[in-house]
Amino acid sequence: MSGSSNIVAMKKIVQQLRFEANINRVKVSQAAAELQQFCMQNALQDPLLTGVSSSTNPFRTQKLCSFV
Amino acid sequence: MLGRASSCDVTPAASAVSCVIRSFRGSLSPVGKINNNNSGPGERYLPRKMAAQEVQPSETIAKLKLESETLKTKLEEERAKLHDVELHQVAEKVEPLGQFVMKTRRTLKGHGNKVLCMDWCKDKRRIVSSSQDGKVIVWDAFTTNKEHAVTMPCTWVMACAYAPSGCAVACGGLDNKCSVYPLSLDKNENLAAKKKSVAMHTNYLSACSFTNSDMQILTSSGDGTCALWDVESGQLLQSFHGHAADVLCLDLAPSETGNTFVSGGCDKKANVWDMRTGQCIQSFETHESDINSVRYYPSGDAFASGSDDATCRLYDLRADREVAIYSKESIIFGASSVDFSLSGRLLFGGYNDYTINVWDVLKGTRVAILFGHENRVSTLRVSPDGTAFCSGSWDHTLRVWA
Repeated sequence: MSGSSNIVAMKKIVQQLRFEANINRVKVSQAAAELQQFCMQNALQDPLLTGVSSSTNPFRTQKLCSFV
Repeated sequence: MLGRASSCDVTPAASAVSCVIRSFRGSLSPVGKINNNNSGPGERYLPRKMAAQEVQPSETIAKLKLESETLKTKLEEERAKLHDVELHQVAEKVEPLGQFVMKTRRTLKGHGNKVLCMDWCKDKRRIVSSSQDGKVIVWDAFTTNKEHAVTMPCTWVMACAYAPSGCAVACGGLDNKCSVYPLSLDKNENLAAKKKSVAMHTNYLSACSFTNSDMQILTSSGDGTCALWDVESGQLLQSFHGHAADVLCLDLAPSETGNTFVSGGCDKKANVWDMRTGQCIQSFETHESDINSVRYYPSGDAFASGSDDATCRLYDLRADREVAIYSKESIIFGASSVDFSLSGRLLFGGYNDYTINVWDVLKGTRVAILFGHENRVSTLRVSPDGTAFCSGSWDHTLRVWA
């Protein structure tokens, strides 16, 4: 009983491993270059990276408006 | 041969799915089960008597184990072949980042106990947070006003999420469910009355997220599974089996990159799943302890993870391997929560030593350490437009940093 359920489970593991072994992969150098390129392309639009000034970042505004 | 079938050795293949767990209770689905709930170490092998009667199954198991070992080795070899360089080497020519000045700009006070989870609304100013005391609060982060509050019937509300429309929130925890509360414009209306129970797990809910619309929710649970639900009917649309222990976190791929999501668990694995078929398409196991948080890189080609092993790591999906580790000898407490800045250049990590470390994703170095919380940082998310990030802590507060 436990034997056959073990087999079923093992077969699923082997099936999964076969699937994972067969996927297409690229070299780390290429993948890393593309990650870097994405960073560079979007760097200027990243407020936390470029440090947006107080006047444009709603969270940095020190003064709170009040109605008189 | 009979002797080998009854040996006590648990091969790596079997141990990979045996229960190495933190607080695992309840049942795994039959698919992932090798051990029964109550079996101890002595019951993982066929006793000699049974082995004598069941020669066929034990031979097949031995063959399968051998094949799984061979495949695992092949997987490692394939991955290693493409490991021609490190990410930080590729990034050597990139300008180093300057000094960062990030401060707490808002402190949200109001929870009566540990803040466990938070999420931003798409309007970039509202935040939903949940706490150990069973309260779920919706805040306006600009003004720090509380807009809604719901008391859940359970304590330890470990997961909460804002609906894409901004009109509802989802939450759950020790009640093993994920419930959706429509947000009413009428402040006096009792939100609990309109509550809709969507997801049902057999153990605690650890994370939840709406998909692209208010119509579907993805959940992860201490029962070792993830699941996709239809909000309106509460129907289970797809379930995801493969983790060998509690699943602690999940993140959906950015919508442009298709229907996948990543999950992390107490089995130290991060799995990438196809939402339509339920299949695990990639799996990564390099962390040395529970994975508390996973987050996709903004391009969708990679994801980061934070773990109790005190490291954060970056995994590239096309290279199918870990490409960076963010760690320091001085950091010895687990990372509970991670998120990227908009360009993916910065990785923010909330840690159990009360700090937030900011990492240069490309160079692998730490660029800032932020102090302020007076207890563990349990949750951290960057705002939808990237102007700020919010952290929640066991010190009962949330802080917005910019």
